Amino acid sequence: MAAGRNPSILTPEQIQRYSRHIIMPQVGGLGQKKLMAARVLLVGAGGLGSPVAMYLAAAGVGTIGLVDGDVVDLSNLQRQILHDTDDVGRPKVESARDRLGALNPEVEVVGHRAVLASDNVMEIIADYDIVVNGADNFPTRYLVNDACYFAGKPLVDGSILLFEGQATTFLPGKGCYRCLYPAPPPPGVVPSCAEAGVFGALCATIGSVQATETIKLILGIGESLAGRLLLYDALAMDFRMLRYRRNPRCPVCGDAPTITELIDYEAFCGVPAPVAVAP
Amino acid sequence: MPVEVKVPSVLRGLVAGSRTVEGRGATVGQLLDDLERRYPGIRGRLVSSTGDLYQFVNIYVNDEDIRFLKQLDTPVSERDVISILPALAGGS
Repeated sequence: MAAGRNPSILTPEQIQRYSRHIIMPQVGGLGQKKLMAARVLLVGAGGLGSPVAMYLAAAGVGTIGLVDGDVVDLSNLQRQILHDTDDVGRPKVESARDRLGALNPEVEVVGHRAVLASDNVMEIIADYDIVVNGADNFPTRYLVNDACYFAGKPLVDGSILLFEGQATTFLPGKGCYRCLYPAPPPPGVVPSCAEAGVFGALCATIGSVQATETIKLILGIGESLAGRLLLYDALAMDFRMLRYRRNPRCPVCGDAPTITELIDYEAFCGVPAPVAVAP
Repeated sequence: MPVEVKVPSVLRGLVAGSRTVEGRGATVGQLLDDLERRYPGIRGRLVSSTGDLYQFVNIYVNDEDIRFLKQLDTPVSERDVISILPALAGGS
């Protein structure tokens, strides 16, 4: 264990580093120690994962796990602020570890260079308190939703496309992704960011909301987005809130669930399985 | 009585790029029929050939999901705002 991580007493340097948080009664020294003891998993070290990881590291979240099987591409750099021009071609989990380590050496960054799938997700999320979703495809979104519900973990969700974003927090028993979107669209109906484009600074807006939700959950303060979906339209500069609730007929979290273990999510979404990047 | 309908980015190509359009009807279903007359193709992006709202699209009357109201029979009135919300998967 690195010196200063999860201490019983904050060091003078830690008190200085986190002073703008600690000075607020909603955080305080006790809250800072909760942050330093917290373990958060980010699914994706890309557009959303970048700002989330930066703010969680800056806040001193003790352990940040990153799941991403990709390497940095030049086309990522328009928005994925975890990675530098010199990182092109490197695994994203490695460049992310460097960036976060430079920002806050007290944070332990755990890289999972993998594509999340039914056979590894439960083992990976078991080590974390909260999961933050920045996945870029529907199979992973349903997979992470179901896994978090089965494991009883809060899931801080965000998604982006073009100039629009959505964010919410799924707390077990208070509605899940399937309550909001019961089934995925057929392949090709909703384009991906790669196909349609995504406005770079939009990632920060939605990612910042996800970081905020995560830190509030760790500190146990404020009201989460559970039961509410935040919609952001960057072109109109319009923020709106829609309500959702647990669907009693939800196949996963409903009253009579029909899905009680992980399924084949590529088949569920009608798409071919992702190909893991060779190490 | 026209009702305001908010159109998401991915469907704006069908409505000449507008962020909001106006529609008429006493229910959400009638409203979609009205929109289809002026913006051909939009209904098919939201409702299946059997007439049910697709499972990957949500329609809200104000801040309530019509799936928890009366589906396409959910009544609408002049001051309501209708929002069409497709699932987004982007994160990278």
